[in-house]
Amino acid sequence: MSKLKIMTVCGFGLGSSMVLKMNLDAVLKDLGIEADVFTGDVSSATGTSCDYIFTSNELAGNIKSATSTPVVVINSFVDKAEIKEKAQAEIKSE
Amino acid sequence: MKDLEKDHIAVQVEADDWKEAIQASGQLLARSGAVSEDYVNSMIQSVEKNGPYIVIAPGIAIAHARPSASVFENALALAILKEPVAFHSKENDPVDLVFSFSAKGDESHLKMIEQLSIFLMKEEAVKRLREVNSAEEAYQIITEGSVTNE
Repeated sequence: MSKLKIMTVCGFGLGSSMVLKMNLDAVLKDLGIEADVFTGDVSSATGTSCDYIFTSNELAGNIKSATSTPVVVINSFVDKAEIKEKAQAEIKSE
Repeated sequence: MKDLEKDHIAVQVEADDWKEAIQASGQLLARSGAVSEDYVNSMIQSVEKNGPYIVIAPGIAIAHARPSASVFENALALAILKEPVAFHSKENDPVDLVFSFSAKGDESHLKMIEQLSIFLMKEEAVKRLREVNSAEEAYQIITEGSVTNE
């Protein structure tokens, strides 16, 4: 199985997406899922190929309408339990 | 914590709405010379354009704008509001902890965000931050909480 590519997205790709990336990295490690997690802004989200996009409720709508990549909505970027639950539910290990 | 200074923290801040809240937090950066006034306005414009996605957790906003000529230093500021305000975030309103940061370039601010992120994961520490009476106390809590101890 090739390593998953996951993008965390915020308005500019350098603030909240970074916070989410760090916490997602930690959660994936706990779950034993190997993935490259990287950050990006909304416009790069729709033009970069990856397996999953993690982002906030506010930005998800625009992204969903512009890409077929599965979008996972996270309400609290610092709530490890929420990130874990959604990562587990959404990411299909092959 | 790197790039957070005591004079970048204000407590008991009064703000009537989210714009005033970002303004208050951004002024802490501007006052110390980390950014120009333009940068503070850009942070507000960003929310007007992209919505309140900067509210990343219940009660917590992290305002920022793109690296630009209006940024002179990487810096982080925090305005703790006396009364929380609405940012129109469906999940995470109302907001009382208003962080703002400036970044000069692509990578150099990452350590700062990493440390902030470590701190924000600590529910107990964040709760204590909401109860402080001085910038000094807030600074202590954040500094102690931004190191990994798991």
